Amino acid sequence: MSVVADDVALARTRRPLLRTANIAIAIVVVAFALLPLLLKSYGTYLCTLFCVTLMATYGLNLTVGYAGQMSLGQAAFYGIGAYIAAIALKAGISFYLVLPVAAIVCFVVGLLIGFPALRVQHHYLAFATLGFNILVYLVMRNEEKITGGTYGISGVPRPTLFGLSLDGVLAFFWFTLAATLILIALLGWLLRSPWGRAFAALRDNPIRAESLGINITVYTLLAFAIGAACAGIAGVFFAALVQFVEPAPFHFAASLMMLLAIIVGGSGRFFGPVIGTVVIVLLPEWLRFMQNWYLAIFGFAVVALMIWLPGGVLSIPERFALGKVRR
Amino acid sequence: MSVGADEARARFLEVRDVRKAYGAIKAVDGVSFDVARGEIVGVIGPNGSGKTTLFNSILGQITPSSGSVEFCGEDITGLSPLDLARRGIGRTFQSLQVFVKLSVRDNLIAAAQEFQGTMRSRLLAPPDAGLGARADAMIDLFRLGHVAGRPAGSLSYGQQKLIDIAMAFMPTPRLVLLDEPCAGVNPGLVEELRELLVTLNKTQGGSFVVIEHNMDFIMKLCPHVICMVEGKVLTEGPPRTVQSNPRVLEAYLGN
Repeated sequence: MSVVADDVALARTRRPLLRTANIAIAIVVVAFALLPLLLKSYGTYLCTLFCVTLMATYGLNLTVGYAGQMSLGQAAFYGIGAYIAAIALKAGISFYLVLPVAAIVCFVVGLLIGFPALRVQHHYLAFATLGFNILVYLVMRNEEKITGGTYGISGVPRPTLFGLSLDGVLAFFWFTLAATLILIALLGWLLRSPWGRAFAALRDNPIRAESLGINITVYTLLAFAIGAACAGIAGVFFAALVQFVEPAPFHFAASLMMLLAIIVGGSGRFFGPVIGTVVIVLLPEWLRFMQNWYLAIFGFAVVALMIWLPGGVLSIPERFALGKVRR
Repeated sequence: MSVGADEARARFLEVRDVRKAYGAIKAVDGVSFDVARGEIVGVIGPNGSGKTTLFNSILGQITPSSGSVEFCGEDITGLSPLDLARRGIGRTFQSLQVFVKLSVRDNLIAAAQEFQGTMRSRLLAPPDAGLGARADAMIDLFRLGHVAGRPAGSLSYGQQKLIDIAMAFMPTPRLVLLDEPCAGVNPGLVEELRELLVTLNKTQGGSFVVIEHNMDFIMKLCPHVICMVEGKVLTEGPPRTVQSNPRVLEAYLGN
């Protein structure tokens, strides 16, 4: 069920439940914001990386989960954002200028990547976007003069906020968390607007959508562009977090992981990316004690999930509480 | 003024010598007919007689090989489904075509929201795009109130069929082409559906073209019926005349 369908159901019959849900979300957010006070700097770094990745997966959830456009290229936009930031921030350009520029560049490139989606769908589209990711990766690795090749770009400075330094791990975590919450709120507002309904219509039945005056060309391109812009923003924060940018994090394997995050959490569910990003960013850290067994266990868990919960973790309440909602 | 009105009436939808060939097979072989404003026209014919291909040629799903379609004096031949929708031409499909994950109410709002405002104004519009009341009225008319909040894909075939038809009428179209609205619908609902269409015809004032195999339904609903056989119009006229035509009977029973 989409956020729009949720909205109607909640608004009509379950307003108290909505309030409870909002309080629960607020508690989780505050708890997460305070969590690094108990953690060492690596833990805080992971929490920040979680926020950064969340921006990219929320964007991908719009493209894949809401608008139904397959994409295996999200890491490319993440990388474009990160490299723009690394180069521009080192050149002394303000973070607050770099951020919108990276978002706009990724938005435009995302629009262009949307064009194949007007002709091909599903696995064909997956390969088209995968090809784009590989291309971007090769440019990052081989264009040494601009990107530093495999040595990357180091010494990326962190921004300041109203004159306050964000060099400290905690300060930068809170800064990133605030930005992530703003981005998620903006996406929530977008998906609740009639645009969100048009994206869902495009996903569920493009032929029917077109016969009802929904411009599927425009919405397909926007789905890619908005998703890409989110990844671009995430990339800027990534560059400032790690302060060192090299091609590896933007390999298409990262796109696969982001897609996995969407599916694991529940494709097209508003809070799906939160669960999914825990799985791809934090779970590997928790499974570290297993050493060589880690990947096997991780793989098995994913296969099991796909078999028993194809709708993702957030489909559990529907499956067990309602039971009868079937497609 | 009355002459002008008559002219507009005659020139509402004009289908002229439309042909669609797939290789040597002539699916639609020179079909012409008119539909007046507010009129309900039935299209009957045995399976494979080219009814749906004719619809798809009019509706931009396929481009006709030759011939023309004029709507309100404008040549609309070969326009995309999107352009036709914007001109007030709606349709329903033979198979189920609803937005399965959206609630029934959202299906109805989705069906009309793009007809108002601009992309920008829709982004800033309230979630129901100001269409909540219209959607609820349509839900009441189609008696879908008890399932309004449920995902359309979780409902029965008959209910989804009703949603599909209700969606086509949400934007208040000037012309609606309905492809087998009764297919797979239980007999009790068929009569209800006919009454709904009569009501919508009166309240909205649009013209309907209805493909249907259910003879009883079409004879009661449509004052004018066209019978197609092998891609051609065999005969047309008032339902009784068409029904009693021996060639129509032969076409249905002959093969």
